[in-house]
Amino acid sequence: MDEETWELRLYVAGQTVKSVTALANLKKYCEEHLHGRYRLEVIDLMQHPQLAEGDQILAIPTLVRKVPSPIRKIIGDLSNQERVLVGLDIRPGLHK
Amino acid sequence: MTAAPALPQLPKAPTGIDGLDEITNGGLPQGRPTLLCGSAGCGKTLMSVEFLVRGIEEFDEPGVLMAFEETADELAANVTSLGFDLKQLVADKKLRLDHVHVDRSEIEETGEYDLEGLFIRLGYAIDSIGAKRVVLDTIESLFSGFSNQAVLRSEIRRLFRWLKDKGVTTIITAERGDGSLTRQGLEEYVSDCVILLDNRVINQITTRRLRIVKYRGSTHGTNEYPYLITEDGISVLPVTSLKLEHEVSNEVVSTGVPGLDEMFTRGGLYRGSSTLITGTAGTAKTTLAAAFAAEACRRGERCLYFAFEESPQQLMRNMRSVGLDLQPFVEQGLLHIEASRPTLNGLEQHLVTLHKLIGQFRPQAVVIDPISNLVSVGSITEVRGMLTRLIDYLKVQGITALFTALVSGRSANQEMTEEGVSSLVDTWIHVRDLEGIGERNRGVSILKARGMAHSNQVREFVVTHEGIRLLDVVIGPGGIVTGASRQTQFLQEQAVAVAAQQEIERRERELERKRRVLEATIANLRTEFESVEEELRRSNQEEEQRHQELSQARQQIAAGHNARPGNHSAAAPANS
Repeated sequence: MDEETWELRLYVAGQTVKSVTALANLKKYCEEHLHGRYRLEVIDLMQHPQLAEGDQILAIPTLVRKVPSPIRKIIGDLSNQERVLVGLDIRPGLHK
Repeated sequence: MTAAPALPQLPKAPTGIDGLDEITNGGLPQGRPTLLCGSAGCGKTLMSVEFLVRGIEEFDEPGVLMAFEETADELAANVTSLGFDLKQLVADKKLRLDHVHVDRSEIEETGEYDLEGLFIRLGYAIDSIGAKRVVLDTIESLFSGFSNQAVLRSEIRRLFRWLKDKGVTTIITAERGDGSLTRQGLEEYVSDCVILLDNRVINQITTRRLRIVKYRGSTHGTNEYPYLITEDGISVLPVTSLKLEHEVSNEVVSTGVPGLDEMFTRGGLYRGSSTLITGTAGTAKTTLAAAFAAEACRRGERCLYFAFEESPQQLMRNMRSVGLDLQPFVEQGLLHIEASRPTLNGLEQHLVTLHKLIGQFRPQAVVIDPISNLVSVGSITEVRGMLTRLIDYLKVQGITALFTALVSGRSANQEMTEEGVSSLVDTWIHVRDLEGIGERNRGVSILKARGMAHSNQVREFVVTHEGIRLLDVVIGPGGIVTGASRQTQFLQEQAVAVAAQQEIERRERELERKRRVLEATIANLRTEFESVEEELRRSNQEEEQRHQELSQARQQIAAGHNARPGNHSAAAPANS
C-alpha cells in the first residue's frame, strides 16, 4: 500500500546485553515485515552523547520511528514482538 | 568553634539566595543532592533557578538545568521578570538548559530497559560546560512517563549516587504529597538535605514558608522561615539575626517636642534606639511621630515615614494644622512618606518593602505609624516576629526608629504591646486620655527608657497650632491636676497670691506708720532733752559764776582788807 521507506533509529549505550538483544530483535522483525523498505540507524550514545537530546532519549535502548510520522518510540529490549509491531504500527499479514 | 584543631567542616555550596545561606550555615551540601519539595506555586523552580544563576554570577560555578516540565524558552521567559537572563548565560556557556520531554502516549515499553539515556544526557551537559551545580526540575515527571516503577526507582537511586560521585551540587525538586514530603517518596533517596517549602493562606493572606527538614552533617535553623519572591529573586527572612551585637551610639537626638525631651535626663532618645508610642485613639500619636520626623529632617537627616492610615497629602495637611509643615522636607528630599494599606500585602511583603525602601533611601530615622494596624494582616505572634526582624534590622543599621501603636481600652496593659513589641523597644512612651469631669485631657508619660533615667510624671500636654506643648506640672490636693481643674487651681492660686501680696503691702504700711510714730517720739524726746540740757547748762554756769565770785571774794579776803584793788586783781584773771 504505502511504499514509503521506513526510517528507524535505535539508540543504544555501548554493547550491553539489552542493546545487543534489542538490535537482534529489531533486525529480525524488520526483515520479516519490512523487507527492503526500511533504513536502520544504530546510534551509540556512548560515542555521540550530544544526540540524545534531539530525540528526547531517556531510556536505553530506545527505538524511534522517524518515518512514517508520527514519531513513535519503543523502549526496552524489544523482546515482545507483538508489542513492538503494535508500537511501530506494523500490521502483520498485510505484506505477507 | 574555638576548638583549636578545627575538624573539617562539611563543605558547602553557598546558594547566594538572601537569608538561605544564613539558616543553612553556609549553603547546601557541596557535591550532594538536596531535595526541595513543596506544593504547587511555592517557587521551587524559581529557587532552583536562582541557585544556578547566583552560582554562575557570584561563585563562578556553571550549572545545568534539566527541566522535565517546562521548555527552555518557557523557563527563560518565566525568570526574566527577576532579571535573570538565561539565554545570555547559555550563550556564555555558563548554563545549560535541557528540556526532557516525557510523554507516555508516545512510548511503548517492551521488555528490559534502563535510563542510561538520561545519564548520558546529563553527563554530557555537565561535562560540556564543566558544571558544578545541577537542578532536576521535577524528576517526578518520570513517574508518569514510565510504567515500570521498579526500574524507575532503582534508576533514580542510581542517578543520585552517580550525581554524588560526579561531585555536583544538585537540587532535586519534588511535588509535596499527602502525608509525605513528596508524592513519589523521593525523600528516601535523598538523605543529605531536605528543604520544605510551604504556601499557607491564613485569613486570606498568603505567606510562604521554608523549613529545613534535615541537613545531615550540619547544624541549621530549625524554624519555619517566611520567604518571599521579590523582584530580585527569593528572599528568606531569618526570624531574628542570631546575634545581638550591633554597635550602639551614645549620641542623643531630640524627640521633636522640647518638653518631652526634658522628661529624659539626657534630653532625648539615643540615636539608633527604637521607641514605641502607644495610646488610645486621638491621643496625638501621629502628631508626636510627625514631630519626631520633622525634627530629624531639621537636623538634616533623612527620614522615612511609613503611614498605614493616612495618605501623604492627608498627613501633611493634618500636620500643618498643628504647625508642622512637612512639605519643605519632602521637597528637599529629606522626608519620604510611604503610605499603603496594611492589607495590601502580607506581613512579609511589608517587611521586604520596608527593607527595600530603607536600602534605597538610607534614612537615619524611620517612623512607622502605626504598627498596630499590621495585626489586621497577621496574628500577634506573626506581627511580633516581623517587628522583631524589623527592629533588629534597623538597629543593625543604626537607624533611630519610632513606632506608634493604637491600644484599646482604658487599661494600660494592652495585649498588643504586652505580648507584642514592648520588650523589643528601648523606649516606651504612653499617651493617654486623662478623663475628668466633663472633659478629656491628654497626658504623656514614659514607661521605660533603657539606659537613661526619666521623669515619672504624667505630664499634660496640649496640641496647639504651634505644635505640642507640655504644660507645667500642677499639683492639686488630689495629685496632678489637668484641664479645667488646672484652670481652677490656677485661679485659686492666683487669688491666694493676690491676697498674700495685699497682706504684705498692708504690713509694710503698718511698719511705715510705726516708724513715723517712733521718729516723732524720738524728736519729742530730743527736744525735751535739749531743754533739760540747756537748763542744766545754764544752772551750771550760774553755779560756776557763783563759785568764781566766791573764790574771788576769798582771795580778796586773803590778800588784805582792801576790797577795791582786790576786786581789780581778781577781775584780771577772770577777764583774761
